[in-house]
Amino acid sequence: MRGRCRAGLVLSSLLLCGAAPAPAPAPAPDQETTDLPPVIAPGGQTLGSPHRGGTLRLTADAGAGTADPQINYNSEMITIDVVVYDGLTTFAKLPFSASNHPVADLADALPAPQDGGLTYVFHLRPGIRFSNGQPVGVRDVVASFQRIFKVNSPTAGGFYGGLVGADACLKDGAHCTLAGGVIGDEAARTITFHLTHPDAEFLDKLSFPHAYVLPADTPARDVGNDAPPGTGPYRIVSYDPNHGMLLERNPYFHVWAADAQPDGYPDRITYSYGLTDEAQVTAVENGDFDYMYDDVPLDRFGELGDRYTDQVHINAIFGTFYLAMNVNLAPFDNLKVRQAINYAVNRRAMQTFYGGPAAASVLCQNVPAGLPGYVSYCPYTKGADVAHPAAQWSAPDFARAQHLVDESGTRGMHVTLVVPNRAVEVAMGTYLQNTLRRLGYDADVKPIAFAIQFTYIQNTNNKVQISLTDWYADYAAPSDFLTALFGCENFHPGSDSSVNIAGYCSKPVEDVLNRAALVSVTDKAAGDALWAQADRMLMVDAPAAPLIQFKKIELVSKRLGNFYTTNLYHMLVSQVWVR
Amino acid sequence: MSAAAALPRVPGPWRVALRALLRMPSAVASLAVLALLVLASLAAPLYANQVAHTDPFAPDVAGTVTLGGVEVPVMQPNDNRLHLGLTPIGPTWHADADLLGADDQGRDVAARLLYGGRNSLLISGAAALLCIAMAAVVGICAGFFGGLVDVLLSRLMDVMWAIPVYLFAISLSIVTVSQGLRLGPVTIRSDSLALPIAIIALVYVPYAARPIRGRVLTLRHAEFVLAARCLGVPRRRILLRDILPNVSATLIVLAPLVMALALLAESALSFLSIGVQAPAASWGTIIEDGQGLIYTRPMVAIAPGLAIVVTVLALNILGDGLRDALDVRETSRRRG
Repeated sequence: MRGRCRAGLVLSSLLLCGAAPAPAPAPAPDQETTDLPPVIAPGGQTLGSPHRGGTLRLTADAGAGTADPQINYNSEMITIDVVVYDGLTTFAKLPFSASNHPVADLADALPAPQDGGLTYVFHLRPGIRFSNGQPVGVRDVVASFQRIFKVNSPTAGGFYGGLVGADACLKDGAHCTLAGGVIGDEAARTITFHLTHPDAEFLDKLSFPHAYVLPADTPARDVGNDAPPGTGPYRIVSYDPNHGMLLERNPYFHVWAADAQPDGYPDRITYSYGLTDEAQVTAVENGDFDYMYDDVPLDRFGELGDRYTDQVHINAIFGTFYLAMNVNLAPFDNLKVRQAINYAVNRRAMQTFYGGPAAASVLCQNVPAGLPGYVSYCPYTKGADVAHPAAQWSAPDFARAQHLVDESGTRGMHVTLVVPNRAVEVAMGTYLQNTLRRLGYDADVKPIAFAIQFTYIQNTNNKVQISLTDWYADYAAPSDFLTALFGCENFHPGSDSSVNIAGYCSKPVEDVLNRAALVSVTDKAAGDALWAQADRMLMVDAPAAPLIQFKKIELVSKRLGNFYTTNLYHMLVSQVWVR
Repeated sequence: MSAAAALPRVPGPWRVALRALLRMPSAVASLAVLALLVLASLAAPLYANQVAHTDPFAPDVAGTVTLGGVEVPVMQPNDNRLHLGLTPIGPTWHADADLLGADDQGRDVAARLLYGGRNSLLISGAAALLCIAMAAVVGICAGFFGGLVDVLLSRLMDVMWAIPVYLFAISLSIVTVSQGLRLGPVTIRSDSLALPIAIIALVYVPYAARPIRGRVLTLRHAEFVLAARCLGVPRRRILLRDILPNVSATLIVLAPLVMALALLAESALSFLSIGVQAPAASWGTIIEDGQGLIYTRPMVAIAPGLAIVVTVLALNILGDGLRDALDVRETSRRRG
């Protein structure tokens, strides 16, 4: 996923990501924060707590697009949806890296896989109601999974394409039944899922917000600004993407699983849109808002570190910046050129542009640190090569890069680097343009509005040669950085939803990726080794140049207490105190 | 002694105007400022290579400068408890070490300011000349030929003038900045300075053409023009010998004023990334570079901003001075 537009293993779906932009939540690697662990309400109950009540005031530069939880792929909206909706399973609402793992939510337990990983049977908890008072039944669960395909959810193919019957649904969403794939038994309150092949990440995918359970009568179309009822502690009372959002308590909510959906502290949550990131910082510093969703601009880091230290929270996440090189367009159809770029880029400079070592670390491979399959090594740095990698990155090897460009015979070609038009990326782009020029290319930089750049660079019709983008994990798995970004199935020529931006498809690598996914079902260690092998193979072919792994820097108001962050959802808005 | 020799020598009108101009302290000061700016901009390579020893177009975030014998990084880690962020070095006031500080790419702001001045002054100057030339053709044709020609040209100017100037310039720039411009056999690259020159010149043609047309309309009915017509002097000769010389004062007065407007337009377009293209610099692009540093290193934006203010002020004062110096009635009053 990129920016505000989450994207994971997406990708057979052809739907565009949500329109609005911005940084997104992601599972953090190892706990890396200066914060004390937040206080967790006993049993998930906040009733009777002196901290219960008040209004939590959030701000962002713009609304996050549709309020349809099965369509919106924007982390700004997802951070709200997680306290409004529930799925059969969810990522634990526990602090930091404890939130990487699925737990039972509307289902009363996580089932063990049956039939060699092809079948999962969930039992639906009784006594849960939607915020309109309607009870949650098996029919709602089955209908919600059908609706994923009916509304052409961005993850329909990538996450749920492995269900029996999904193929037909992907071809004809309007008449999707998922026959044989999702079977409900109202009397027994069970839902049975049948897969076409074992999937070690199936529970992760079920925990993803697009699998939320909605009332069965929810229209099979994008509901726009009219958010459907949910089961979480809050309900969306009003939403206008141009102005703001109001959430109030769900009168029908009760705690059924503290780690899945605890009760909320604030009585009301408001979201106000329209302030620039600079203005948001000032507003939060002044106490006009409690939390700013957007990234803190780099020029404000100094004052935050000096005067607002207690209000700043730095959390490591699985977020990376990388250069995607189109392997089907010159000059990047030449392996030597792609390797030359990897040798030439100054990753330390990229780290500087993002805010220095406190905000980012140099990244030498596609899988970020902290994920299974990550191995610390650096094949493209001074004094190293793919056969003899260094332990860590030291400096660019420009001489070798120029030698490779000479061998490729591409010197002098015109190259356009496409970057988002935010200050950080433009600064990186300007630097990289200079690098390309020093390598002998006639290079220019094309900044494109952040909201559309990510879809623009995916579409092969735009003939993008090389682009700079960020990517966040949807859940803590290496496949989200390998299969998603370099898998053949995720390359869709002519589509805006082709997250394999490099257009890379290699049978040997694909075989290893598939084997890694399969082996991980039964042998996680062996699976991790295969992910690492796939990553090394990708570094040799170099369809991308990994640059940095960055952290999420969050600013809150002075009055906000119990800052509660999960790896996937940033600040958990239901668990912070505002009184 | 002949009678002719006894008469005092009467200076020509241009000489009178020049003398009048040089008698105005404000105009002389503005000329001096403009000359200084042009000379400083022309000396940009000299400053960058011989004094600052820097490449103002190459990022240098890992670089260092020597200050008082101590080597300090160009990008300085913020000295705060969280160690968040790096800030480019601020003004050192040492010509050989980032005199005005560095921008977010670690580049010497002073050197870029001088290089930026070359582009800003070149674009605004060339755009002003081109604009005046086009406006002269339009204004003289409309005013002199009258009738249908006047109606067509005047309405065309009205239509162009009805579009907000900056919106017009931005629209044209956005169209051309990505692909460049192809006019028959002529292709202009998107990063060519010719594009902003042409666009800015075009959008200000109505501004300059109107007063020229008005002046020509007056001249067209002047006695000496009527006399020439009665004598059967060809139109072309009347245009070249009678009209154009009498319009030239208007053109000269308009030139610095249009240049000032062109400089502002160029800065705006470059600030919006649709004027001068990276890695080239102009004062507008440097202000854009400084936008993200406005809280920590305001000099990056202030220095080019000041340069623009000073240049525009000098051009406007010069324009006023030229108008006064070339105004026959004013000159007569001064003589009287």
